[in-house]
Amino acid sequence: MRKMINEMPGNVLFTTVDQFLNWGRFSSLWYLLFALACCGIELMQAGGPRTDLDRFGAMFRATPRQSDLMIVAGTLTYKMASRLKLLYHQMPEPKYVISMGSCANCGGLFQLGYSVVEGVDLIIPVDVYVPGCPPRPEALAEGIIKLQELIKKEKYLVKDN
Amino acid sequence: MEPAAIHEELKSRFGDAVMEFREGNGDPFIVVNGSHLLEIAAYLKEAQGLHFDSLMCLSSVDYGENYAVVYHLYSMQHKRRVVLKVYVEKADPRITSVQSVWKAANWHEREAYDLMGIRFEGHPDLSRILLPEDWPGHPLRKDYVFPEEYDGIPCHRE
Ligand code: SF4
Repeated sequence: MRKMINEMPGNVLFTTVDQFLNWGRFSSLWYLLFALACCGIELMQAGGPRTDLDRFGAMFRATPRQSDLMIVAGTLTYKMASRLKLLYHQMPEPKYVISMGSCANCGGLFQLGYSVVEGVDLIIPVDVYVPGCPPRPEALAEGIIKLQELIKKEKYLVKDN
Repeated sequence: MEPAAIHEELKSRFGDAVMEFREGNGDPFIVVNGSHLLEIAAYLKEAQGLHFDSLMCLSSVDYGENYAVVYHLYSMQHKRRVVLKVYVEKADPRITSVQSVWKAANWHEREAYDLMGIRFEGHPDLSRILLPEDWPGHPLRKDYVFPEEYDGIPCHRE
């Protein structure tokens, strides 16, 4: 074994397939350019130079077909709900959802209104909830890091019993 | 011309179609009969010395026993305002559209229809403007009952 390693050319790394796949996934979390209300302003800010989500490999895509992550930023209304579902289903697997702000988490201060859905998790599965009204860009960055930690623990190569 | 004087003038011209003039805490308003609304609106817009050429706001109110549609008018030329109020029946809330007099009424009337369920007769396209097309009922009514679910999403309200 040692002989084999010594005979290899330079720059060779050993890893497991799972780790390698996850490394690729958590380092390129492309998120959908999609915002519903005031939280969207903070989402844009989080993409700007101060918080700079790009440094985590997260950058926005203008189409769900190229996105891995949906950040639901803002108040979801019943009218928008079917569009949100459609966008989510247009994203290729594996896909993740961050619910950003009180409105997306539970309806927020509009939850008793006649038009507001009490949380996006009634419609699509959510991986990370970011609290706040609105959450600061730092909080959203923290949410992305939390999601990256989740992705690092994922296992794809399991025996199918 | 003050709102009271406008009321006098309308009264002398339209008789019983113009009802009382009320001053309270808010803006003073003139109550008019819905059946003559269109003529009164056209007169307020065109008549010499009135020229209420801008419909600032059209809103609807649920008073419990009946509904009301409220028109806030403004005259750009004379820089003054007046408020008209029309009461409509609860059982079958219908009123003439003033869309032909003030174009701005178009979307306002659709909103009042969407949220309060008041039908504006003569409106070119009286469809919902804010809520989804298949939404059940008109949610700003005081007796509105929230649906159990919409499109498979639970709509529970405390
Ligand atoms: S959580 Fe606050 S900031 Fe975010 S969309 Fe709702 S109201 Fe706006």
